[in-house]
Amino acid sequence: MTQTAVPRRSERAVREAVPGGAPAPRRSGRRRIALPYLLLFPALVLELLVHLVPMLMGIGMSFKELTQFFIRDWSAAPWAGLDNYTVSVDFDAPVGRALLTSFVTTCLFTLASVALCWLLGTAAAVFLQENFRGRGILRTLFLVPYALPVYAAVITWAFMFQRDNGLINHVLHDQLGLGDTPLFWLIGDNSFWALLTVSVWKGWPFAFLTVMAGLQNVPRDMYEAAALDGAGVWKQIRHITLPSLRQVNQVLVLVLFLWTFNDFNTPFVLFGKAAPEAADLISLHIYQSSFQTWNFGTGSAMSVLLLLFLLLVTGGYLLLTTRGRKASDG
Amino acid sequence: MRTRRAAVTGAVTLSVVFAATACGGGTAGGSGGSDSQPKTLTYWATNQGPSLEADKKVLQPELEKFEKQTGIKVKLEVIPWSDLLNRILTATTSGQGPDVLNIGNTWSASLQSTGALLPWDEKNFGAIGGKDRFVGSALGSTGAPGKDPAAVPLYSMAYALYYNKKMFAEAGIAKPPTTWAEVDAAGRKLSRDGKWGIGVEGSNLSNNIHQVFVLGKQHGADFFTPDGKPDFTSEGAVAAVKQYVDLMAASKIVAPGNAEYAQNQSLSDFAKNRTGMVLWQTPSQTFAAQGMKPEEWGVVPAPVASGTPGQGAQTNSMVAGINISVFKNTRNLDGALKFVKFMTGDEEQILLNKTYGSVPPVKTAQADPAFATDSLAVIRDTLATSASALPQVPEESQFETVVGTAVKELFADAAAGRPVTAESVRAKLDKAQQQMPKK
Repeated sequence: MTQTAVPRRSERAVREAVPGGAPAPRRSGRRRIALPYLLLFPALVLELLVHLVPMLMGIGMSFKELTQFFIRDWSAAPWAGLDNYTVSVDFDAPVGRALLTSFVTTCLFTLASVALCWLLGTAAAVFLQENFRGRGILRTLFLVPYALPVYAAVITWAFMFQRDNGLINHVLHDQLGLGDTPLFWLIGDNSFWALLTVSVWKGWPFAFLTVMAGLQNVPRDMYEAAALDGAGVWKQIRHITLPSLRQVNQVLVLVLFLWTFNDFNTPFVLFGKAAPEAADLISLHIYQSSFQTWNFGTGSAMSVLLLLFLLLVTGGYLLLTTRGRKASDG
Repeated sequence: MRTRRAAVTGAVTLSVVFAATACGGGTAGGSGGSDSQPKTLTYWATNQGPSLEADKKVLQPELEKFEKQTGIKVKLEVIPWSDLLNRILTATTSGQGPDVLNIGNTWSASLQSTGALLPWDEKNFGAIGGKDRFVGSALGSTGAPGKDPAAVPLYSMAYALYYNKKMFAEAGIAKPPTTWAEVDAAGRKLSRDGKWGIGVEGSNLSNNIHQVFVLGKQHGADFFTPDGKPDFTSEGAVAAVKQYVDLMAASKIVAPGNAEYAQNQSLSDFAKNRTGMVLWQTPSQTFAAQGMKPEEWGVVPAPVASGTPGQGAQTNSMVAGINISVFKNTRNLDGALKFVKFMTGDEEQILLNKTYGSVPPVKTAQADPAFATDSLAVIRDTLATSASALPQVPEESQFETVVGTAVKELFADAAAGRPVTAESVRAKLDKAQQQMPKK
């Protein structure tokens, strides 16, 4: 019944071609043009609600004197102008100084973490490129940190890093006899290294997975030809593997950079609400400014500054890598 | 064509539904309860026992009792302390909160300032039997002075000094200390062979605040001026913080590892005969959960500089406890008031406080013989004579965070062997003060 009621595509085309039926094709054409936009509409609405609206609200809040007194109706908070930004970048005062320290810490942490993740991931992927017995098991094992829930994994690390009862000190101090006294990992300066360890442990499997996928596209005969020409493993990596992975690495480094720079879960679970100064990453710092001291306006201003910095770095990075790619392609 | 039209209609409908869901207010209580249909309530309880599950086991039968009496079903959620303040804040912002909730009594004024909690005026207090039913000191921690309280006291607690009888006997200490000098002397005797004098929770911000607030009182400091401005760097405040951190830095009667404690590990050390003393509020349940028998520990009032505890410089505890509040935008106000009345009724007060090892803030319940034991008598007397409420100012919650963090950082310095001086303490407190919201 339905089939007879709905004209077939060919019938419709014939009818639309009949002289005198001019308005029909125009309607159909408009519909055809509108359809993709209509189908995109839900995604657009969601994108607006989930990303753009909160971001615009955050920008609005950064110009307000927003504390707990106005949290129920933030639009009623007094206008603060640029005060929140001034406080955030006044590096002679404690708030600005703490933000700067946190920013520098985050930069160092991100550089170290991304570099180590990339190195470990690439080394493991290259190592597992060759077929050997047990390769499948190793591949699976390497991906375990990536598969584990972040909270469970990091809380386990927090237990292991405890000074008196943790596994790390048990091995380093009790078994290997390193140091006169057990070290603190969750407070003080060593907390940076504890955080870096967990971040790399958590992040390198992603690099491994991405590089491994990239390596699938490198033709094997290139390696064979190079081997015939007498190129050793290192030369093969340098002249075939790394250039072939260039585009993959560009995306990988960018993604790792953004994830690591914004990482909130790892320091929050490892140290709690107040991270030690040596491991006070900027995301946790902003969280504390906003949700612990209830300076929502200042916290928003800090977030906007962070967003601008990340946009600048990401834009610069993409510009450089695109230019580099065009140059090498040309 | 029909398929395409259906797809488009579906897409647009979906987006409209999402938009409505995200932007709409929803039901205030999130429980579906309303005055016109008062069948359910949502209740956020604090974690009082050794675990969230233990709390559920204690509270659920009581909630079923309430349902039988009133026909109102209460949906219970026990919230860990680490999440509670953020959960309340989120609920305040979104309006999607519980109908009734427990709060730490020190947060009363801060949460009151958000305007999210129902003010307990004469009418509302009348609905639960009147303000006079409650002990005065407990009412002192229910909101800013001069305003209608934002909460009603539910469980009262105070700090006391708990000592490990076995360790004291082994160290040859005849009587438990009552002054700081005696604590120091006993601590030095106890600190040997891998054992330590007194336990602290150096990374627990709230606990840090409780201790330095009391020491601040003993040094004549309040941390806030009478008109409510932060005053963290006064001589008394600096002396108080230094005295507390010096238990580790100077007296060396606290294990350096305590600097990273935040999850009641010091109670575990105490129960395992590794630490001789702890300053705590009602830890009997936790001791029992750790396998420690009641006869293995003793309790005396928390120490003062000299003499006996009292008011002012003799203050030896903050007024600790849990309050119960009603979310202002509940759609089941009548049911919420009935529930608060039930929870603050004599029967529930006796039962719940007995279970949790706390003292009822309700006068008639407090008179029950169950609260006449030696350990609870210490708490009751402290609350009656020598405990002070933390500053009831809107910024109290921020004070806990910034000064608690400063103390945590100073403990980290002490644990690492770095000097803790009056100057380093003042610098940390100055930084904390400048992080406070400007009025």
